[in-house]
Amino acid sequence: MTHLAIAANALRKSYGDKVVLDGIDLAVPEGTVFSLLGPNGAGKTTAVKILSTLITADGGRALVAGHDIAADPQAVRAAIGVTGQFSAVDGLITGEENMLLMADLHHLSRREGRRVAAELLERFDLVEAAKKPASTYSGGMKRRLDIAMTLVGNPRIIFLDEPTTGLDPRSRHNMWQIIRALVSDGVTVFLTTQYLEEADELADRIAVLNDGKIAAEGTAAELKRLIPGGHVQLRFDDPAAYERAAGALHETVRDDQALTLQIPSGGTQGELRSILDWLDAADVHADGLTVHTPDLDDVFFALTGPADVPDQPKETVR
Amino acid sequence: MSALSPVIRDSSTMLRRNLLHARRYPSLTLNLLLTPIMMLLLFVYVFGDTMSAGIGGSGPDRSEYIAYIVPGLLLMTIGSTVIGTAVSVSTDMTEGIIARFRTMAIHRGSVLIGHVVGSVLQSVMSVVLVGAVAVAIGFRSTDASAWEWLAAFGLLVLFALALTWIAVGMGLVSPNAEAASNNAMPLILLPLISSAFVPVDALPGWLRPIAEYQPFTPAIETLRGLLLGSEIGHNGWLAAAWCLGLAVLGYSWSTSTFNRDQK
Repeated sequence: MTHLAIAANALRKSYGDKVVLDGIDLAVPEGTVFSLLGPNGAGKTTAVKILSTLITADGGRALVAGHDIAADPQAVRAAIGVTGQFSAVDGLITGEENMLLMADLHHLSRREGRRVAAELLERFDLVEAAKKPASTYSGGMKRRLDIAMTLVGNPRIIFLDEPTTGLDPRSRHNMWQIIRALVSDGVTVFLTTQYLEEADELADRIAVLNDGKIAAEGTAAELKRLIPGGHVQLRFDDPAAYERAAGALHETVRDDQALTLQIPSGGTQGELRSILDWLDAADVHADGLTVHTPDLDDVFFALTGPADVPDQPKETVR
Repeated sequence: MSALSPVIRDSSTMLRRNLLHARRYPSLTLNLLLTPIMMLLLFVYVFGDTMSAGIGGSGPDRSEYIAYIVPGLLLMTIGSTVIGTAVSVSTDMTEGIIARFRTMAIHRGSVLIGHVVGSVLQSVMSVVLVGAVAVAIGFRSTDASAWEWLAAFGLLVLFALALTWIAVGMGLVSPNAEAASNNAMPLILLPLISSAFVPVDALPGWLRPIAEYQPFTPAIETLRGLLLGSEIGHNGWLAAAWCLGLAVLGYSWSTSTFNRDQK
């Protein structure tokens, strides 16, 4: 096995009667992005809090950067950086003062501190705002300042708890770029998110956390393989056409309420053409045709949810 | 620089942060400073003649009454200042940055020590300001020696330290600023039921035990003795014991509350 930045074994935490983490195992190799994916209340934040020494686990063991989180939390703290779900900046002082505060707490010399602060403010596009109180920043700026502060100590492992929640699309893409840049510097990133797209974009490995347990773990591709393949969905406005089509096509899944038919298909050109040929031959006209390839949403819903899967149209041909 | 132990180094960083807050947003400190100054002016210029006639027995003498109430008001100033401490600690704890501090390899207590040292400095400054107002309206301490001045100053600092640790604990257990302000209210109400404005003997009987067995009264009597030469007696020891006791209690309460797992 390669060196693990984070190794957790049977981590457990409950608040009163409520079991938040029910024995989770994690293994995150150095220099990779690991994403903990799950709905609200699945226990993602609790996992981050335990691994970042903010709270203690009720059971289980974890090594972060090779140090036991329970036995030697200070050594863990020296190796990690944490950007929590709620911005961890001091709103009463300026962005620059926040950065210098971090530099002081990392015991950098005055000169070194100024240099690092200026460099990071520049890198995160905060130079103009540097002299303004952080409370006046927009959500995206606060998040950038937050990460910049986390980077002052040059952490080898960074925990990002829902770093893009509440950000507008542009800020979210900015954040993704920032995270990719971190990884290219060799940093290990432990990312929690409720956005499947985000995990798919960024993570080397993904664990789906549901109800305090890891429901599945693997690469995005491995997870997608866990559920059945894609399909083509035909939608009809005319019940008669719907019935004719249902009679003409094999292996369809009917939805008599919505007047839609699902035909298993990989969504290739050839497969689409043969479906269209079938329809022409039967002389029926579908009012809508969508190609649905399995994505992490399917995995997510299949693993975490009540079975009701809302359809996510990927591509529409009309 | 590296010779400094992490406690001192991290605490002084946190102190700088708190002083920056106080300098940038002075309104809270100034508001709290108004209370003792208003009290001073009210009791001297509005009730002064009646009060002094009532307790002195030798007819109205406003300047004597100024001398009588100033020690109490100086200590009340500390009580008032530390309400601000409770409020700012409680507000601070709701900030995400505290969680950040907890995940950093810094001295754990430095956040609290920064608050405490900052608040004691603020108390001292406030006491000096209220003292200056008192001198401006006629307060004089003629027969105090340099030693007694020094002891008086030491008592004020020690008293501020003790009340500040208690206030920090109150701030930590309060869910928000309003609750913190309410919880810390006794710290400014206690001096009203002490020997600050009238001697304990002049209080209604049922109030006397409260006035007698609380930290403000012995501290006031000691300060009065040091500045004005009245009898200190056992009050000096009592005041010191109260201060040390409250400081230790507040310290252990605060640190154990702060170190407890956050939800």
